[in-house]
Amino acid sequence: MSDKLQPRGTEESTLAQPLYTPIKRRSFFMYAGATAGASALVLAGCSKDSDDATPSLPKGNSTTADGSISLGSGDVGVLNYAYALEQLEADFYAKVAALSNGATLLGATEFAYFQQVAKHEAIHRDFFKAALDRDAAGQTLRGLTPKYPAATFTSRATILNTAKTFEDLGVAAYNGAGKLLKTAAYLVIAGQIVSVEARHAAYVRDLVEKGSFSSDVDALGLDKAMTPAQVLTAAQTFITEKLDGSSIGVN
Amino acid sequence: MNFFNIINQLSEVDPDVMGRLDTRRSVFNSLTTVSKRAALASAPAFLAAFFSKAYAGTTAGDPKEVFNYALTLEYLEEDFYKKVVASPIFATVSADDQAAIRQILKHETAHVNLLKTVITTIGGTPTAPVTFKATTFATLTSFQAQLQVAQLLEDTGVRAYKGRAGDLLGIPDVNITGVGMVNPLQAALQIHSVEARHAAHIRYMRGQTPWISGDGDLDGQEHYKGAIPESNTTQSGVDITKLGGGYTAKDAQASFDEILTKAEVLAPSRAGGLVG
Repeated sequence: MSDKLQPRGTEESTLAQPLYTPIKRRSFFMYAGATAGASALVLAGCSKDSDDATPSLPKGNSTTADGSISLGSGDVGVLNYAYALEQLEADFYAKVAALSNGATLLGATEFAYFQQVAKHEAIHRDFFKAALDRDAAGQTLRGLTPKYPAATFTSRATILNTAKTFEDLGVAAYNGAGKLLKTAAYLVIAGQIVSVEARHAAYVRDLVEKGSFSSDVDALGLDKAMTPAQVLTAAQTFITEKLDGSSIGVN
Repeated sequence: MNFFNIINQLSEVDPDVMGRLDTRRSVFNSLTTVSKRAALASAPAFLAAFFSKAYAGTTAGDPKEVFNYALTLEYLEEDFYKKVVASPIFATVSADDQAAIRQILKHETAHVNLLKTVITTIGGTPTAPVTFKATTFATLTSFQAQLQVAQLLEDTGVRAYKGRAGDLLGIPDVNITGVGMVNPLQAALQIHSVEARHAAHIRYMRGQTPWISGDGDLDGQEHYKGAIPESNTTQSGVDITKLGGGYTAKDAQASFDEILTKAEVLAPSRAGGLVG
């Protein structure tokens, strides 16, 4: 069954605007069902949907058949997805910030900025954990074990390029995940975080190559957006545990 | 099927529904106006009237209005950078600085064009262009003075897009000629992060932190204040400074950018005062 209602005719001009609304079919039947028993067909649809408690959707942090860790479904899936990426970023920058030769490798000012970024990413990680523990108790993704290619933390070039990869990936991930959210409050929070990630990305890019802060913006003036599948494929290289994001945003 | 089931269902997508039913508060928390419309269109008349009352005053969320608001800001930015490039000062700045400003201008022009197309495609009429106030621009007699305004414009733009994203949730994809299927919310987010990249670079050019830490030379400006100021350290009810082993207020505020409402953005003390 399609998740989306098709456009419906209406006489009310105030309702003339897009009606292809992706309101959940189940919800639609709930509204429609308020015809209060006038339609047996609708009621039948309702009771069927009511009984159908979407048993196949995985809980966050559950283990899938192939041993992967599921990020979960619906908004929880999106939050766990963000939490996974923030765990990775936070771990990377914590390792950079702890380098005894960090100021030598990166320069004193740059190293000080990276230490600030390390705090931002640690905050994002801790925030998502707190939000998930509060809003989806028992479904919070476990602590992941990041892994890096050898020599990642040994030169300015490898540190900057890894940081650039993570920041651009983070921006593209948030940009692509926004539309998967159902709860506007989560979307606003994601928006509050993604612009900080974009600031990081621009800064790191300028360090990699002067003036490249927005070089990947396309001809329409748009930054990159990636699907969870695309992002997780790229991120998986850096994460020991196998993640399953196939139900992110689905409910 | 009973009435309370409907309310329960609605509260799934709109946790605030009970509050609305009580107070008719015009928070556009969860149920977007478009979903509301669909609900209204699908529901029998008595229920429509019921929801109309619950959501009375929720005028935000018309995507045409949201995109025209964004277009206004993009026009303002585009004209500002056109004036920067056209000013005699521009020839005196470094090639790197010139390249950066030209790249930003190119993006603002692209945003104007894309937004106009999106607005037309969803059945709206693109708002008339606005320009940056010439008399104000004339007072910017150095490149550094121009960059100060650029920073304020970019940081305000970031806050403005963020403030309206919720209104675009659930809007269907649109087919844009020559581009293909575009999700309006995603496009807005993709513009939003470009503005953040611009803001970061301008701040970097000015020797400021690329993020808003509260210790910048312009942080006292109205552009960083508002109902939710950039100095805010509580997100979704979570005191950020108390997370983990504890964080400084500076790191807590820099980790999250904040929204501005349309009224705040268009106030004379912010972008509104620069239109002329």
